[in-house]
Amino acid sequence: MDPELLIELVILLPLLGAAFNGLLGLFQPAHRTREKLIGTVATAMVAIPFLIAVYLFATFDGEAIVATVFTWMAAGDLTVNFAFRIDQLSLLMTMIITGVGGLIHLYSTGYMHGDDGYWRFFAYLNLFIFAMLNLVLGNNLVVLFLGWEGVGLCSYLLIGFWYKDLKNSAAANKAFIMNRIGDFAFLMAMFILFREIGALDFDSLLAGASSMDQSSINWAVLLLFIGATGKSAQIPLFTWLPDAMAGPTPVSALIHAATMVTSGLYLLARLSVIVLSAPVIMTVIAVVGALTALVAATIAITQNDIKKVLAYSTISQLGYMFLATGVGAFYVAIFHVMTHAFFKACLFLGSGSVIHSMHHVEHELAKDGHGHELDAQDMRTMGGLGKYMPATRMTFLISTLAIAGIPLFSGFFSKDEILFKAFEFGYDGHLVGWLVYGVGIVTALLTAVYMTRAYVLTFEGEERWPHADTIHPHESPWSMTTPLWILAGLAAVGGLVGIPAVIAHGDLNWIHHFLAGDQAPVAEYAVHGHVPVALEWGLIAFSSLIALFGVGLAWKWYSTEGPAFDEKLSARFGGLYRLWKGKYFVDEAYDRAIVRPLIGGAIHGLAPFDKYVVDGLVNFVGFFTRGASFTLRYIQTGIVHSYAAAIVFGVILLGWLMLS
Amino acid sequence: MNIPFLTSIVIFLPLAGAVVTMLSKSESAIKWSALGVTVLTFFVSIGLYLGFDPAISTATVPQLADLSGSWFPARFDIKYFVGIDGLNLLLIMLTTLLGPIVVLSSWNYISKSHKPYYTLLLILQTGVTGVFAAFDIFLFYIFFELTLIPMYFIIGIWGGENRVYAALKFVLYTLVGSLLMLVALIYLGYAAGDVVNAGVFTTDWYKLVSFNMPIEMQGWLFLLFALAFAIKVPLFPFHTWLPDAHVQAPTGGSVILAGVLLKMGTYGLVRFCLPFFPNAAQEYAMTFAVLAVIGIIYGALVARAQSDAKKLVAYSSVSHLGFVVLGIFAFTVESLQGAMIQMINHGISTGALFLIVGMLYERRHTRDMGDYGGLASSVPMLTFFMILSVLASAGLPGLNGFVGEFLILVGSFKSTVLDSPILIAFATSGVILAAVYLLHMVYRMFWGTIDREENESMKDLNRRELALLIPLAVLMVVLGIAPAPFLAKSEPAVKELLEMIESKRIAAEVAAELRNSVAYVAPEAVEADEPEVLSPITTH
Repeated sequence: MDPELLIELVILLPLLGAAFNGLLGLFQPAHRTREKLIGTVATAMVAIPFLIAVYLFATFDGEAIVATVFTWMAAGDLTVNFAFRIDQLSLLMTMIITGVGGLIHLYSTGYMHGDDGYWRFFAYLNLFIFAMLNLVLGNNLVVLFLGWEGVGLCSYLLIGFWYKDLKNSAAANKAFIMNRIGDFAFLMAMFILFREIGALDFDSLLAGASSMDQSSINWAVLLLFIGATGKSAQIPLFTWLPDAMAGPTPVSALIHAATMVTSGLYLLARLSVIVLSAPVIMTVIAVVGALTALVAATIAITQNDIKKVLAYSTISQLGYMFLATGVGAFYVAIFHVMTHAFFKACLFLGSGSVIHSMHHVEHELAKDGHGHELDAQDMRTMGGLGKYMPATRMTFLISTLAIAGIPLFSGFFSKDEILFKAFEFGYDGHLVGWLVYGVGIVTALLTAVYMTRAYVLTFEGEERWPHADTIHPHESPWSMTTPLWILAGLAAVGGLVGIPAVIAHGDLNWIHHFLAGDQAPVAEYAVHGHVPVALEWGLIAFSSLIALFGVGLAWKWYSTEGPAFDEKLSARFGGLYRLWKGKYFVDEAYDRAIVRPLIGGAIHGLAPFDKYVVDGLVNFVGFFTRGASFTLRYIQTGIVHSYAAAIVFGVILLGWLMLS
Repeated sequence: MNIPFLTSIVIFLPLAGAVVTMLSKSESAIKWSALGVTVLTFFVSIGLYLGFDPAISTATVPQLADLSGSWFPARFDIKYFVGIDGLNLLLIMLTTLLGPIVVLSSWNYISKSHKPYYTLLLILQTGVTGVFAAFDIFLFYIFFELTLIPMYFIIGIWGGENRVYAALKFVLYTLVGSLLMLVALIYLGYAAGDVVNAGVFTTDWYKLVSFNMPIEMQGWLFLLFALAFAIKVPLFPFHTWLPDAHVQAPTGGSVILAGVLLKMGTYGLVRFCLPFFPNAAQEYAMTFAVLAVIGIIYGALVARAQSDAKKLVAYSSVSHLGFVVLGIFAFTVESLQGAMIQMINHGISTGALFLIVGMLYERRHTRDMGDYGGLASSVPMLTFFMILSVLASAGLPGLNGFVGEFLILVGSFKSTVLDSPILIAFATSGVILAAVYLLHMVYRMFWGTIDREENESMKDLNRRELALLIPLAVLMVVLGIAPAPFLAKSEPAVKELLEMIESKRIAAEVAAELRNSVAYVAPEAVEADEPEVLSPITTH
């Protein structure tokens, strides 16, 4: 079949799904309760595109295909087409988005059951898939930006999905505005690229980059990266993501873990040729990535809300990916995007399953009139859930081991490849390579610790909710556990597409050849000196040990002492722990340094200024004119005598002037 | 399809309608005839859209032109001269589109003196359409002033509690600007007439643009024209009449004010200031661009500080029109095209915002955002249109606002006249601020739980209101994803305009250099001539 037509279908179907459920639900209230229909349509509108994407992948011959649908806008030198690009990178991303997305849609049909906004939820979710597909399939930066802002909108709508609680809406606003700060930088990057190259489609950009002067390239790459820090929650724009957990859990899995937050990595991988020509900025990217990985991991250790742990974990893992990008290993970043999509989606959906059952406990407690308040997301009141929820537990465990980097699980391959690339970069003479390698290793240890902590506190040990002897949670329905199993399976074996180079000279590293091989779209940093094979094996062994050590340590701590162990950590690390627990007080700092001065300045400074100074001046002119005319009108008295006197006086004055 | 006098019909059909409403007896007859006439005008104006061919140059004569002989004795070349070119087509379409929408929005809102209201509304539409269609600047001026009177009464009679103050301020402020423009216009008519019209005073646009004005003469004439338009736009710091006028005006008045009346200012800049005074326009480009960018940021921040929803939307106009002015003074095809389409976009999305705020006012008789809250639960359809308009206004790609803003910014960034990436960075920060104040409004009015009974029992949109909002919503999407056909209508004219400006600018510079070199060769001769050749008032 015609691939151009198929790719248009891939993009259009989710939009149709969104329109169907959204508009019908809005204008036909009766539609809102047809859960079966809504869920089926929405899921099908993602599942079908997935099947098409697989077909396109299977028949793909390595040659990029561009489908131009119509001209979006044209003015002067600028022509922007709605054009979509099928190549290795976009195909892989499309499969991840529609595959994981489809599973999450299926999961949501169970998770959202009974919610008033069922129709709205699926409309937003479909709209999100549509926007995300524009992002990865768009053949120019402007269509990519359409997707970029579109996913931001859907994120806003879904974080604030339960809008009756203003806290959720505030989190949504924060996410949107922080993303817009990134988008501002993205726009500026586009302006530079257009001024320098005169076009914004990828072929022209990649071909024209070599003609740009260094300072323009640096600025463009830096601004693109700042754009990426917004969407992908990196320092300094990461604080919206933890708050974004206010949305329904499937949203956290889909948008705030598996897909949207990785778009920054996609952007940089797509423009890898340009990024590589800005080595100074690459250093910045690597350092920011490593720092974010570390900072977020330390915060994750201190969190008690299961979703917050996963949120900070996501930020940390995204930091790894940026680290990889910064050392020029773009394909490895995408590799980790993929494995992360599997295990993190699984973890989030698992946490959703847990929250689902804890809500049941909450209801039971309320029904019995025990008068207990229970936070369904607080791990301190969980424990021992594994007994009641075997499927959730097993899949959560597999994903935990995957993210911790236990050998042969998917995360092991991708994370190890990142660390190796950092090491190699250092070995090649870049000091920053060593630095970020070190930070990466420390973060790997922390990752193993905080994820094991989360797993143990949730599923192992004794039940800590009130009346645990009589009130039992239960496993979620099949629609929720099926996606969990599939994702856990992928989390287990998904890493095999990237067997490290040390085995078979890299011939088995399929993803490397696919993404970064000849004629493939992703460039990479070319190393000069290769790391010796023995050292490479040593590195693999080292990071494996780190992961095992971290898991073992945390298991021992938290399975014996439960949440109480946190106090020991707190005592051990003192002020540092408080800093982690306080999330480095970044929110507070932003609030004091930016938000309050800006809004306060607007309300107490500019608005009065506008009223009393700018408008005051205008009114003053008016009053002055009126005042002057009030005064001057007294001259017009209507008394002939005084007019005559004035005339005489005038004549005398004139005469005197003429004579003198 | 070639209907004679089509342009004139579109201009004067509403005026004819005004006669009908004036003669109508019952309230419903008045309303329905006003609606009928505006709808009819809209359909007739589609003929303009179809009849206009962008491939045919309008460098010497507009399309679909109607031209009379001179009105005055031979000493004055003043005519009735209207027509269509790429610069005014879409603005006329916007005017005729908003006509019925404004009438419908007033259906229940206006509760007293229906006859004069609808009559004035129709006269106003004739005035606005005439402003855009006029190719004789004297005629332009007449229409320009004609719009003032109906608007004055619409605000002053059917407005809010402080309506008289607002109406007076609106009229006086605009009048100050336009009277100064009148002085400049008369001067220009004589100066140009001397050179290009055999010594006869002329206000023919084509003759005026063919006049290559000496650089020294351009400065103050440009400023007089630009001031009149800057007040109308309004450009910071001449904007303070706008919030007052908007807040006090009835919904229909606000829609027409934001939708088309403000565009007379930006349109005037493009139509007259740029081609008449190219050197001065470029010399002052940076000044105007800086004021525009201040307006973008300042308007957004002051909007954020408002608790009155209508005032918030009014200040958002200051911000949005800053983008348009920036695009105009960047002198690139991209930015000017962006400015052209942004004028339309702003009319649609801000028009919709005013309509929705007006609908809420009709229900609750308050504009204070604190009196609302949680409306998403009680009025989902209204919420949907509100959010759509907010997103369009905030420049979300896929909706109309983005296209204009993007073209303006991308064009301004590469502008050699401005050549200031920092300035464009400040302008671009407007996209962040737009999200800040618009989402704040949505947050306060639509999210959260309902804490007032009146909000709980609020009625969602009725059919009339849906009929108002759906066309605008459709246009937001259509102009958002398929603006290309509309851009194509104005592109040749914009290109021609910029090329003409560039060649006139160079010619004037060459002429100035020539004069200087003459001065160098024979200083005493030029000294004697100077007072006659050059204007005594110079810009330097």
